[in-house]
Amino acid sequence: MSRIKKKFSELDTKNEKALIAYIMAGYPNERATLSAVKGLIKGGADIIELGFPFSDPLADGPVIQNASTISLKKGTKITKFFELVKKIRSFSDIPLVLMTYTNILFNQGYSKFISDATRAGIDGFILPDMSVEDSEEYLNAAKGKTDTIFLVSPNTEKDRVKKIINSTSGFLYLVAVYGTTGVKTEIKNYTLKAIKNIKNHTKGTIPVGVGFGVSKPSDVKKYISVGADAVIVGSAFLKIIEKTPPNQIEKKIASFTKSLKKQTLVN
Amino acid sequence: MRYPKNGKFGDFGGSYIPETLVPAVQELEENYLKFKNDKKFKMELDYFLKEYAGRPTPLYFAKNLTEKIGGAKIFLKREDLLHGGAHKINNTLGQALLAKKMNKKRIIAETGAGQHGVATAMACAALGLQAEVYMGYKDTIRQKLNVFRMNMLGAKVHPVRSGSKTLKDAINEAIRDWITNVENTYYLLGSAVGPHPYPIMVRDFQSVIGREIKSQMKKLQNKNPDCVIACVGGGSNAIGTFYPLVDTNTEIIGVEAAGKGLKSGFHSATLSAGKKGVLHGMMTYLLQDKEGQITETHSISAGLDYPGVGPEHSYLKDNKRVSYRSATDSEVIDAFLLLTRTEGIIPALESAHAIAEAIKVARRNKKSDSVVVTLSGRGDKDVEEVQNYLEKNVKN
Repeated sequence: MSRIKKKFSELDTKNEKALIAYIMAGYPNERATLSAVKGLIKGGADIIELGFPFSDPLADGPVIQNASTISLKKGTKITKFFELVKKIRSFSDIPLVLMTYTNILFNQGYSKFISDATRAGIDGFILPDMSVEDSEEYLNAAKGKTDTIFLVSPNTEKDRVKKIINSTSGFLYLVAVYGTTGVKTEIKNYTLKAIKNIKNHTKGTIPVGVGFGVSKPSDVKKYISVGADAVIVGSAFLKIIEKTPPNQIEKKIASFTKSLKKQTLVN
Repeated sequence: MRYPKNGKFGDFGGSYIPETLVPAVQELEENYLKFKNDKKFKMELDYFLKEYAGRPTPLYFAKNLTEKIGGAKIFLKREDLLHGGAHKINNTLGQALLAKKMNKKRIIAETGAGQHGVATAMACAALGLQAEVYMGYKDTIRQKLNVFRMNMLGAKVHPVRSGSKTLKDAINEAIRDWITNVENTYYLLGSAVGPHPYPIMVRDFQSVIGREIKSQMKKLQNKNPDCVIACVGGGSNAIGTFYPLVDTNTEIIGVEAAGKGLKSGFHSATLSAGKKGVLHGMMTYLLQDKEGQITETHSISAGLDYPGVGPEHSYLKDNKRVSYRSATDSEVIDAFLLLTRTEGIIPALESAHAIAEAIKVARRNKKSDSVVVTLSGRGDKDVEEVQNYLEKNVKN
């Protein structure tokens, strides 16, 4: 059983939903990333998404764009990233998901990249510019090795949702809003409808995580209350990292994580 | 390939896009397929192309240049004479008309040097649509006049400050806008790039160039041209020139920007020096580093300054139907000056890349042969750039 799957079934028995936290690797440097990871674990995050920077992050809003640019400028490279993953693995068994763009994997070859990543300790992949139609080679390379987390949108039509579910493992990533990552907005009715709708499609076969624009405890609470199995928070963590002195990052992240995690306890 | 399934030219093309855009791209494809063969739509588009943009453009026999070179006959396809001064208007009129049929009131576009932005602003003004144009911050400084032109034409220009602040980042930002406003917005992409169906649709709207070349050569020489040459950035004027001739015996040559030389690292010769990859919704050749990060490009002509290329060009390179070559900044300046002096025609620096190659080809070929060069745009916009170059690099 994959680490992600195991995590969800553990949470299930405890009657909890999952808090998934995203941070950009190497932003603003590797030490800060490690401190943040420790803070996330301390605060009770269930799964960590590590962003690997791409020069052209077209699904991301200003916060993650800026983090990508800085991470690249600071010299984040694939081998260094895998070493960072190994370091995290040396002290934690938390599921780690790699979020980046298709070209990063394609350039190395899907098989090679996925093998190297899983050997380092990565449990799943999110590629926001990978469409199911073009995913055959990627899926073949990932088969039996890692979870492939696809995204669905509130405007995805029925037949396509089925196709996406069939290609997805680990959890299904529901994009909460029309827009890029990290754009703050009030909770939309269409999002709540989409959560219910997608849950009807998955029928409990795979957890549904809601992300994009989720930034505060009340967002988490609302999405969980209408049936989300997980919530994904990203840009909000990066904003904390951005304005916190290095020696405070672990503590600050831990306390914010705690405030979010509290809302995932169903009872 | 007339209309390949899922927009796949072999491995190239496809639709690598965020899920939110999938319904929008599907809606676009459905409407494009519906209207492209619709009699009324075609009549309307033909009307605007003829009465507004100035089609058909002449195929001019460049007698003086031909005599100077002393080889094959050189013909110029005068897209520079179109309204706006470049081939871009062929595509913007087609897509703006389509957007109107789709009841989309808000049009967004990206632009590099500003030519596509201006052509979008013109088509939108003519058709009563609202245009917003994303332009790299660096380009808004380099091409200030085009920003004014767009503003005067009623378009709103958004400077893009992310990434390298140039064309590729303007495309990223336009896509982000589209994701956010997917329900009421039409993305009017300016080259034969991006996710399916853009590469095919833009090719079809630009193919009027190649079709006219064919019928004009028939009248002038009673045969297809022996060779056609066009410059390639994203590759829209080139694919429009090539596509109607792909199934003939005509030799086809695309010319990329070699900048300061292919080994210098300062160029935009994607097909000559790039590697397969995924960017802006398509699989194609890309200029990228060993880790898959997209690299910055250089060219004396802003219009060729793009690290990717239309997927159909990648396909035509791999199956060897088209030969892709490159011209350095220095060769381009020479060609620019030669055409200006012999024919009194100032070509865009983009088009001067094609002229540079045409000179080489004509020199090698028989006098009875014909070489058609697509003069994609006029060079008034580049006069300052050329002057700067000449001051820095003593030439003449």
